[in-house]
Amino acid sequence: MPGGGHPHDEELAMTTKRLLTGNGAAALAVKLCQPKVICAYPITPQTPIVEYLAKFVADGELKAEYIPIEGEHSAMAACIAASLAGARTYTATSSQGLAYMQEGLFYAAGVRAPILMTVVNRSLAAPWTILAGEDDSISQRDTGWIQFYCESVQEVLDTHIQAYRVAEDWEVRLPVMVCLDGFNLSHCYEYVEVPRQRDVDEFLPPFRPMYRLDVEDPKLIPPFEPPEWFMAFKLQQEEAMENAKRRIREVDEQFSERFGRGYGLVEPFLCEDADAVIVAMGTIAGTAREAVARMRRKRRKVGLVRIRVFRPFPREELKHALRGVKAVGVIDRNYSFGCGGAVFTELRSALYGDRAAPIVLGFVAGLGGQDVTVHHVMEMAEKVLGAAETGEVERETEWIGIRRRKPCQSLNSP
Amino acid sequence: MRKVKTKFEFYEDLPLGPVAEVETSPLHRTDWHLHGRPVIDHEKCTACRICWIFCPEGAIQLEDGAVTVNYRYCKGCGICAHECPVGAIRMTRS
Repeated sequence: MPGGGHPHDEELAMTTKRLLTGNGAAALAVKLCQPKVICAYPITPQTPIVEYLAKFVADGELKAEYIPIEGEHSAMAACIAASLAGARTYTATSSQGLAYMQEGLFYAAGVRAPILMTVVNRSLAAPWTILAGEDDSISQRDTGWIQFYCESVQEVLDTHIQAYRVAEDWEVRLPVMVCLDGFNLSHCYEYVEVPRQRDVDEFLPPFRPMYRLDVEDPKLIPPFEPPEWFMAFKLQQEEAMENAKRRIREVDEQFSERFGRGYGLVEPFLCEDADAVIVAMGTIAGTAREAVARMRRKRRKVGLVRIRVFRPFPREELKHALRGVKAVGVIDRNYSFGCGGAVFTELRSALYGDRAAPIVLGFVAGLGGQDVTVHHVMEMAEKVLGAAETGEVERETEWIGIRRRKPCQSLNSP
Repeated sequence: MRKVKTKFEFYEDLPLGPVAEVETSPLHRTDWHLHGRPVIDHEKCTACRICWIFCPEGAIQLEDGAVTVNYRYCKGCGICAHECPVGAIRMTRS
């Protein structure tokens, strides 16, 4: 055997290692999940996912109906119909494309179509950009979709496989967005463990629809719902979201048992004795991890909590992870104008009423692909430590990396 | 697959997600009688097919050159009677 390996090594190996981008990992994971219908419109930086999947289908590696379509609004409509017709369904988009399909997002969640969509995060125009920013998917947080935010390429692959299990669970039955930062993750290569097809098949049972659209047994999905019952169906969605918290945890544990990797809803890092904790999502959490590790070497008592699941919002898990912490600094790669960063406002709302609640500081960073460095995060963490010591907050929300004439106004990179 | 429930009194009785039985045209009658039913006088009818063009429901049929009305789908709007150039269609109430 080349390399002197045992002849059965390949067969016995649980996984193969491959060098993949975030987009490549997403496409490969989707292929392993064997959807029956794929309908997506290409948009930077999501395009490679669509290209990979179109090639898998064209080469006969994936037995699926691949629907080229004229736009994202139609893509979501096609996906909803395909899902209701009984097919495991997949789509992917970014930024303007996600905004364009917004109407369909409410429909998909409302008819309980467990569609999986990869959102490669890119800031919305104007000004025009194609670079990272989580403002696209964050602005869709009220549509009723579950939202995962990934930190690494491996996690992108693993989360897609987990996401179908969660979406298709009878207690959940909700569509899922798996979000990854544009370019920072979508176009960065990492070595990734790729599970075998048969292991994924065992982990992810075939899709069973609730009601299959059938011309011989016609149904109307969704019918007009009078005021008497409209809210009741909305309450069903909320209950499904609550169920999703438990099911995401359980699916993650089962995944971890089988494949050796688990992530949870939130991921605390060096938080046990921390005075100040940084809270972040997506790739900024990776940078923050390095910043926290460096500061720990200087005996600065800082920690990190990464939010992996933003919808449903993991209130209890965050409260638990932040117990005993004096001050928290939230880094948001999104912004709600006239209010604040989404994670900042929601975390503070979750902590309200807790007597020992930490002070919460908001930082806005990384929109439109702005580089967020380890130094940026270290400076933010020092501010949070300062707030932990004094118990005072200078400014509620701070925008990072804005080059001003008066340097005292901002946290510029040294 | 779940059975579609159409009657419910309480939240707990609702089907999972909004779904309803429907009356679709292949399986059900979808006719109304808004202004009665059109009756074609075949003595007068020249089979010019103007009614066939104007019928918004596709309820006018052409059978071996003769024009007939499919009453399963006719909504009784009376457009065919109004448009007929020879007055061969009369709206009747029976």
